[in-house]
Amino acid sequence: MIDIALVGNPNSGKTTLFNNITGSNQHIGNWPGVTVEKKEGFSKLGGKELRMIDLPGVYSLAPYSPEERITRDFILNEKPDLILNIIDSSNLERNLYLSTQLSELETKTLFVLNMTDLAMKEGMQVDDDILSAEFKQHFIKISASRGIGIDTLLDTIDKMLDLDEIIKPDLSYMRKDISDGVEYIKEQLGEIEHKDFTALKILEDDALITADNPLEPDVLKQVSDIRQDIMTKYGDDIESLVISDRYDHASSLVRKCLFKSETKSMSFTEKIDTVLLNKYAAIPIFLLTMFLVFQVTFGSATTYIVEVLETFISDFLSPFAGELILSLGASDFTAALITDGIIEGVGAVIVFAPQLFVLFLFISFLEDSGYMARAALLTDRILKKAGLTGKSFIPFIVGFGCSVPAIMAARTLDSEKDRRLTIFLAPFMSCGARAPVYAMIASAYFFRSRSLVIFSVYIAGILVAMLSGILLSRTVFKGEESPFVMELPKYQMPRVKSLLRHTVSRTKEFVKKAGTIILVASVAVWLLTNLDPSFRVVTDHEKSIIADIGRGISVIFKPLGFGSWIPSVAVLTGVFAKESVVSTISILAGADGVGVLMTPLAAYAFLIFILFYVPCVAAIGIMRRELNSLKWTLGAVLFQTATAWIMAFIIYNAGRLVGIE
Amino acid sequence: MQNRHKMRKGTRHIVTGYRKGGHFRRRLMDLGFTPGTEFRVVKDTPFGDPVVVNVRGYNVSLRKKDLEDMI
Repeated sequence: MIDIALVGNPNSGKTTLFNNITGSNQHIGNWPGVTVEKKEGFSKLGGKELRMIDLPGVYSLAPYSPEERITRDFILNEKPDLILNIIDSSNLERNLYLSTQLSELETKTLFVLNMTDLAMKEGMQVDDDILSAEFKQHFIKISASRGIGIDTLLDTIDKMLDLDEIIKPDLSYMRKDISDGVEYIKEQLGEIEHKDFTALKILEDDALITADNPLEPDVLKQVSDIRQDIMTKYGDDIESLVISDRYDHASSLVRKCLFKSETKSMSFTEKIDTVLLNKYAAIPIFLLTMFLVFQVTFGSATTYIVEVLETFISDFLSPFAGELILSLGASDFTAALITDGIIEGVGAVIVFAPQLFVLFLFISFLEDSGYMARAALLTDRILKKAGLTGKSFIPFIVGFGCSVPAIMAARTLDSEKDRRLTIFLAPFMSCGARAPVYAMIASAYFFRSRSLVIFSVYIAGILVAMLSGILLSRTVFKGEESPFVMELPKYQMPRVKSLLRHTVSRTKEFVKKAGTIILVASVAVWLLTNLDPSFRVVTDHEKSIIADIGRGISVIFKPLGFGSWIPSVAVLTGVFAKESVVSTISILAGADGVGVLMTPLAAYAFLIFILFYVPCVAAIGIMRRELNSLKWTLGAVLFQTATAWIMAFIIYNAGRLVGIE
Repeated sequence: MQNRHKMRKGTRHIVTGYRKGGHFRRRLMDLGFTPGTEFRVVKDTPFGDPVVVNVRGYNVSLRKKDLEDMI
């Protein structure tokens, strides 16, 4: 198997090329040791089996966020056979800065000038021959989105894989003092891989690399003298000088190979931004967009589909399956377990798949089109107050779909503090799994004002997240204010294929969860509901095991107004998956019993509690992985549950004080 | 207060140094804000902050304060 790694700046079209080459033959895999999703796909070229690896976009090989560390670690540790460096031709200088760094490694690299059609539209033409000659590396022009140049690219990959020679790094673009220093260190290092890269890092005084490559004390002394001399001469540290030299190199290359036509009218992206980032229109447009997303997702059309599915399951599928099983000679108990336990339980959750599909479709659209970056920019000012930056907007909006990808998206944030705080708060964005609970309770207790009630729960989540951010960033997460840096990618019309791919894979995750965790939870709840403590079948749920458990923990919820056993059990099973709250209540109370479990005020407190308390096991698992600390994970769980209890307490008791029942 | 007006739309500035070190400085340099580089404020936003600047031919948004620390 031959490994080919795709490396490039964010938004350089890596994923498009990846999809182009691998077709549908790909999967997102967890990698050993690292806690990350890298995409890998497979392809055949001549007689060669290729494994393509799509790595997170980076601006440089210096790891900055955990996400970017994956890319560097992969290149250095997993030793791919070939790197494809994808270059956005319409943003040449910064992209070539990364190319310069890749050329300092000894890994075979093919430089792919992508988006050449877009560059052309903006009046820019890149000469790949000049670049190949100047860089002494292979450059090739393609347009991944239009499929132009892919055949030539594959041919070149094939040829390059057969070549034995590796183009030796050439650091002659660095100022002489630095390249001399690197030469000196190289002589002292034994036979190692990426010698130039390593020597440069030692000169920069990189602690990790210096520790990995021990040198004699007198050599280290000599290196330190060289470093000191250079720093005194230029009045800056080596790292900074090296970056400047690379950028100067990139910019001199651009001057030689890029031809701009004279006419420079406003680009497509600039035109759109004059509207979408307009001083007066931007905020209304942003709010309208968000409103539309939620309106369509939770509006009447999708709700109708959900209702149709519900009817289908309870009026047709469930009785049909029941009769079928009975006719096969199964006992009443088994038939009831399958129909009332499994089909009704899992079904209660699965019916919300269409709604989530729509939400995920919107999120993918916002991401792919380039608007998400603008939204982050627009919300920075507000999130700054909560001790965060606009970058946290992306995890938060994803959180309305599902907390799991939201917590994972925090990986793209720049500082540890921001990541932790975002992970603490992202579950307060009411996830799709909680929507069915709101829908059920609001319809049963507040039928006429149900949309308003549901809307208020969402708003409460956002407000409390903001308040918690303000509080936490001044106490537990005290620290320097994080900077906000956000590249504004060019707008593009999202491609239907890639939109569907993202949306389907996210929805699949949800359905898979329903099929596994919720299935187990439903069976467990049903058994505990239909057996008494001595494991005899009972028809009266009041006598069941679960009623005992519920009565045991209900004391915690007494002050919140819903201290009876059914809601208590629902809260407990909700930890498996929030959707289980719905299946639990429908199994225990029956379809008609939902509305008489508590007072409307307590029902509202119940909704608020469901919103804030611990996210489901899947989310807790991801939190543990991403926070990489048991202490912080427990802290987050405790914080969220305490918030839930306090908020529900305030609402229930404040409501009673003013005379609401 | 004078600083507040430095990053007006259309103004050009040259990077001279960094107030903060470490990761953030490295990030800014990787994005092309090396000493001597010119950047141009291309857009105000509704709250006036962050702003959008053009550096080395592409657009990136930063907070005014972080930009002012570089000039």
